[in-house]
Amino acid sequence: MTPEQHRKPRLAPGCRMNDKSQQPRVLLMPEKALRLNGPSLEIVERCDGKHTVQQIIVQLQKLYSKGDPQKVEDDILGYLALLHEQRALDFE
Amino acid sequence: MNAGAAPPLALVAELTHRCPLHCVYCSNPLQMSPRDAELPPEIWMRVFREAAALGVLQTDFTGGEPLARPDLAELIRAARDAGLYVSLITSGLPLEEKRLEELVRAGLDHLQLSFQGAREESANEFSGARAHAQKLRVLKWLRGQRIGLTLNFVLHRRNLDQLEEMIALGEASGAGRIEFAHVQYYGWAFANRERLLPTREQLDRSLAVLKEAEARLLGKIRLVHVVPDYYAKYPKACMGGWGRKILLVTPSGDALPCHAAQLLPVMRFENVRDRNLREIWESSEAFRKFRGEEWMPEPCRSCERRAQDFGGCRCQAFLLTGEAAATDPVCSLSPQRPRVDAIVAAANAAPAAACTTTDWLYRPNPPSNSA
Repeated sequence: MTPEQHRKPRLAPGCRMNDKSQQPRVLLMPEKALRLNGPSLEIVERCDGKHTVQQIIVQLQKLYSKGDPQKVEDDILGYLALLHEQRALDFE
Repeated sequence: MNAGAAPPLALVAELTHRCPLHCVYCSNPLQMSPRDAELPPEIWMRVFREAAALGVLQTDFTGGEPLARPDLAELIRAARDAGLYVSLITSGLPLEEKRLEELVRAGLDHLQLSFQGAREESANEFSGARAHAQKLRVLKWLRGQRIGLTLNFVLHRRNLDQLEEMIALGEASGAGRIEFAHVQYYGWAFANRERLLPTREQLDRSLAVLKEAEARLLGKIRLVHVVPDYYAKYPKACMGGWGRKILLVTPSGDALPCHAAQLLPVMRFENVRDRNLREIWESSEAFRKFRGEEWMPEPCRSCERRAQDFGGCRCQAFLLTGEAAATDPVCSLSPQRPRVDAIVAAANAAPAAACTTTDWLYRPNPPSNSA
């Protein structure tokens, strides 16, 4: 499944990041924890039900302006799809 | 390799062995902690802080039935304040909507509600309690709460044929995750094994049903399936490996590498009343005993799967062979596999429907005091 550009991803019930003061940052969900670093942290922090998929892509393309914009977009869509399959994301 | 052993992912906190249910496959030990030996809240709170300092990310509150503790909301809050993700593993009894709201307000992240099946009459038979209707009430209350929800169905010979009904119940519940967990044969389940072990035909049918449901529900509900390992070719990576992922604390404070470890002979367990969690995890004899590969016999020692399944389950090895350090006998490479084959053959000697006994050994309540 490829997430649609206008949808707003939001962490599903039971999924949250650990506290900012804790290291390493992780995405916590039932019986599972995903370590977040670099781009994955930037993506998950924006899955707040306010940013659209498109806005996340644009913001990360700026943040990683040295990278190929198409690759940044593909990586984001792939990561969002993965989180969705793990039932960590809803799309609003 | 032990000092500095990687920290556990989860602290399993068995808050009490008291329970209003009497499930015939309960994973609690036959020898349960009496009520008067239960840890007071201030010691649990210290344990949560020590766990977080050790690097633990999550805690699972279980039992027995954690709701039997009047201080449950206080304990949830303390675990959250320590920085842990808090799951409550519960039967849903005794609970009212107001108390559920209180637990969510205290910081509960995720609730796992256990079911004994999809049909009230048989579910109540397996739990020895009128519990099923209350679970459906709890599901209704949970609709108003934004927390993670897992439905857990324990599968066995007598309810496996209700699988489609269980999936339908799960789909209608709003759960993000459904666990279909076959009974594992320890504790009370070991005592009731003959009546619980499914037939090969039942199992094959259920695998096909689950595969279809998994594909259909992808992205909506995460299905988790725990197979009955007597039918497996290789053993399960029990607890993700001894002393690798899980640290369990019993109601009276003993720190164990798994739920069943107390059945192993000549194993001394440290108590959280006496020692810091980090010391217990890194250097206690019990946690070091089967950590890593040095303890392994052949065929595990030279097996290429040894870092995948860690030799399987120590408790199962002991229960079925009398030796805690043997290769898990469910492994097709184990010289003791014929013992498991004989049990499986007996389970397949008659069709599942032929077994209708209600003559179960029910799990009783723990004694109220140590004397």
